[in-house]
Amino acid sequence: MTVTETRIITKRMNESDDNHNIDTYISLGGYEVAKRTIRMNPDDIVESVKTSGLRGRGGGGFPTGMKWSFLPPDSFPRYLVINADEGEPSTFKDHMLIVRDPHQLIEGIICSAFAIKSNKAFIYLRGELALAYDRLSAALAQAKEKGLVGNDIDGSGFDLDIVIHRGAGAYICGEETALIESLEGERGMPRLRPPFPAIAGLYAKPTVVNNVETISTVPHIIEMGGDAYAQLGVNKSTGTRIFSVSGHVNKPGNYEVELGITFRQLIDDLAGGIKNSGKVKFFIPGGGSSQWLIGSDEHLDCPLDMDEVGTRFGVMLGSGAIMVYDQTTDPILVAWRLAKFYAHESCGKCTPCREGTGWLEKVLYRMSHGQGRENDLDMLLDVGDNISPGLNAPFSQTTICPLGPSAVSCVVSLNKFFREEVMNRIKTQNNSVESKVDEEVVV
Amino acid sequence: MAFTQENREKALAIIAQYPYTKSAILPLAHLAQDQDGYLSEDAMREIAELVQVTPAEVNGTCSFYTMFKREPVGKYLVSVCTNVTCLVVGGPEIHETLSKKYALDEEVTVEEVECLAKCDGAPCFQVNYEFVENVTPQEAIDVVEEYKSGAKQARTISGTLKVGEK
Repeated sequence: MTVTETRIITKRMNESDDNHNIDTYISLGGYEVAKRTIRMNPDDIVESVKTSGLRGRGGGGFPTGMKWSFLPPDSFPRYLVINADEGEPSTFKDHMLIVRDPHQLIEGIICSAFAIKSNKAFIYLRGELALAYDRLSAALAQAKEKGLVGNDIDGSGFDLDIVIHRGAGAYICGEETALIESLEGERGMPRLRPPFPAIAGLYAKPTVVNNVETISTVPHIIEMGGDAYAQLGVNKSTGTRIFSVSGHVNKPGNYEVELGITFRQLIDDLAGGIKNSGKVKFFIPGGGSSQWLIGSDEHLDCPLDMDEVGTRFGVMLGSGAIMVYDQTTDPILVAWRLAKFYAHESCGKCTPCREGTGWLEKVLYRMSHGQGRENDLDMLLDVGDNISPGLNAPFSQTTICPLGPSAVSCVVSLNKFFREEVMNRIKTQNNSVESKVDEEVVV
Repeated sequence: MAFTQENREKALAIIAQYPYTKSAILPLAHLAQDQDGYLSEDAMREIAELVQVTPAEVNGTCSFYTMFKREPVGKYLVSVCTNVTCLVVGGPEIHETLSKKYALDEEVTVEEVECLAKCDGAPCFQVNYEFVENVTPQEAIDVVEEYKSGAKQARTISGTLKVGEK
């Protein structure tokens, strides 16, 4: 059976291209939920979100309602911070949500801030997304003008101030404690936990950091009821999620689907299958940080269940990005480019990551450019083991944050699925592969 | 260059949004780039004075972030993604073509960047943070030329729309 999208948070944007305009948004029923919510009991909203089973859509997958309930009851002020620093390789859902439906995010912030009794919210928006900044700023100004953001919203007595804060090009600021550091005007380096942000986050005050998609979902949960939302999806992966499918597919794009459909349904039914009638060689199922899967029936028929993909194959759904590669793709080149990304984005705080990601990048560079050595793959695994002991998933780590271990995923996958191809390449490289290596870069 | 009177007022309004002034370093650095085309040492000194920290602290923060250009760059900053989706659909070819074409052109700075969150339009790049999607290397050159000739109006070096535009 062919699957179709289940549109909840992409519903309005599908009905109108002009949804970023507040009048259009309101004409489609927008802000009604927010107006009702701010007259409810905040604890009931937290309960409803808990019942819904909503889990963070940024990558961690932590239950949102539980995160909210960690806030100490009597400590004020407290802050709601929206993580809009979307930078995980090949993830482009939050970008779309902001550009095409910024008011939905603002409505979600009103509901969520009210639920956690916060009067100040920050949106940490990735700096490179200039159009998203324009749209969000304009939307916020419109909402303020209509009295939906500011003091005494809609006569309810609830005050809320929202500040949009532009980042400046650092992937690590998507990690919640690094994001908080950056928001405080510091270098974006992760903090050691505990204390967790719920206890001492932004300005050492209780803080909740949630992803754009997570917060955009909240008004719909309040409208449907937590129970009804929990009916959607599969097991502990409730509701719908947006998956960003890219690479060698005919129709790359964002698809909102009920959790529980299979990778094959997502790739074939929604993303139009592989270009030029090709076949899947391998795919990365959760952003660059996840380990890979290959084009076998076992992998392709695995359901999109946040827990099952981990227990069965040691991968994660992470940020919801799925990069699909056909038979023509060189997995060593992809691994090198991922390692290069992590080496560039490592903040430098922890030695295993700062040094290790650089080594991974340099060795993978020579391997992917015709200068590999026979023991390179094993050496990479050894370097990786120093960053993520055991090389397992979910990973252990010798670092403060998961960036370092994420860089190891591509190496583990290369060894797991393509060891033979790598070794063959190294044996034959000097005869058949044109060497493009810059002498100075070879280590 | 020091902030103009107008920008200094903007800066004060930005600082007032935050419970602690130091939080305003990133937005003020963007504002300085909007005005000067890059983030100068003088600008960092002025930001330090405005948020009441030392200039070294401002430099310490700003040097962490790739969007802050602490040396002058061209009028057009061309940021080409070569990350793992663009990698397999022509991103590196666009980067190579544009780098060669504009190697000696002072108006254009070409840089290689990480995933820009627009992979459904891969291969993609940005000109002063305005997206260009689904292009061949030749089409990429054509777009940059349109900016250079004035046929397309560019954002500032920090990606802000210039005054009077929608």
